Amino acid sequence: MTGISALKVDNLHKSFGQHEVIKGVSMEAQKGDVIAILGASGSGKSTFLRCINLLETPNSGDVYLAGEKIRMKRNRHGETVPADIRQVERMRARLAMVFQGFNLWSHMTVMENVLEGPLYVQKTPKSEALEKAKALLAKVGLADRADYYPAHLSGGQQQRVAIARALAMDPDVMLFDEPTSALDPELVGEVLAVMRDLAAEGRTMLVVTHEMGFARDVSSKTVFLHKGEVCEEGAPGKLFTNPETEQFKAFLSRMN
Amino acid sequence: MDLILEYRSQLVTGTVMTIQLALASLVIAVAFGLLGAWAKLSGSRVARRLALGYTTIVRGIPDLVLIMLVFYGGQVTLNAIGDATGLWGYIEISQFVAGAGTIGVIFGAYFTETFRGAIMAIPRGQIEAGISCGMPRQLIFRHIIWPQMVRYALPGFTNNWLVQLKTTALVSVIGLQDLVYNAFTAGRSTGQLFTFMAAAFVIYLALTGLSDIAFRALNRHYSRGVERA
Repeated sequence: MTGISALKVDNLHKSFGQHEVIKGVSMEAQKGDVIAILGASGSGKSTFLRCINLLETPNSGDVYLAGEKIRMKRNRHGETVPADIRQVERMRARLAMVFQGFNLWSHMTVMENVLEGPLYVQKTPKSEALEKAKALLAKVGLADRADYYPAHLSGGQQQRVAIARALAMDPDVMLFDEPTSALDPELVGEVLAVMRDLAAEGRTMLVVTHEMGFARDVSSKTVFLHKGEVCEEGAPGKLFTNPETEQFKAFLSRMN
Repeated sequence: MDLILEYRSQLVTGTVMTIQLALASLVIAVAFGLLGAWAKLSGSRVARRLALGYTTIVRGIPDLVLIMLVFYGGQVTLNAIGDATGLWGYIEISQFVAGAGTIGVIFGAYFTETFRGAIMAIPRGQIEAGISCGMPRQLIFRHIIWPQMVRYALPGFTNNWLVQLKTTALVSVIGLQDLVYNAFTAGRSTGQLFTFMAAAFVIYLALTGLSDIAFRALNRHYSRGVERA
């Protein structure tokens, strides 16, 4: 362990009404780690990811980004809410998210989508932001699509724009929420290729995925969630060749 | 035709009054509509109930009844309250304020529904994408919700505006000298009611036609990124 971890989640709980979806999950990512989060649907893996940047508010548990804790408090109804929304916004800007459904802003061009965060959240000077955005679009292979609207792109292209949009924020940690699940099979590869490049560059990434190959080959650590709890975790080499729990064995045989 | 030229200043002032009324009440209606839509979509139960009460009551009562109620009843009520509490002295509500205010509040209820539907039509994921970039709430509203809300709202907005523009004709019953009032007065004093009503007909059609052109331009502007059929 070298100093402060890039991201640390401590004993996170989340319920929807009476139904507890996350039952005390902890996770720690060092700088450069790629953590693949696996699990059957309903295992709580997407909810867990969405609790990290507070798209869902966890009922309890702490999230630390580079050692800084996201401060929470109880409101008068006894619910957990952010103590300081400005702090949360600042943290979110360092935690870029890539969604299953791309979620590009449909009234903005590709370039405008990528520029939005740097220009209006980070207040980067326009020329600098523009230069960086061009470089990022080139990086995801879409330099020639800068003036297109999302509706005119394929799913794979839209997702690569979404990745460029996330990268434009210079995030400390990137959160991927099933980034290839909404794609036609022949488009999955181009998105995974970009993600492999990011991993190779040393980006810190949490990836909720159904892509076993990506988890096995790219992740530095794989976590298997089952019914809202960490069921099995470790180096992918060990986990995939030698699953210990019945649940993970069953999951792997279903996926293959 | 000579008659119309002779009375053209009445027709022009009437038309100007109609336009002023329509624009003033539009501003009020849009403000009430945005407020109502915000209340209906807010997390506060009190706000949601207030908004529901507003749209239910206002949409359920004839415009004419409300206009007369506000003009003849509003002033009396306000002054009774002022007398009883001593908070303010004698207030006189002008016909223009009563007319524009009432029409604005009435159409605010329709705009509430138009805006609410438009906001709900924006995919939730696009708002989540803004949130997860660390965008503050008002930036999300200005950059993501507003431009798309306008596009989804425009057809309903256009419809509301046209009905609202025509509803201003009702203010002639409280003596406001709009296009209908002046045309009617001129028609009666010359005995040529048909001629002057025909003139009003043409003027209203010109106003709605011009609005139509303006809204088409707006629609083009706000449809960027969308496939046009």
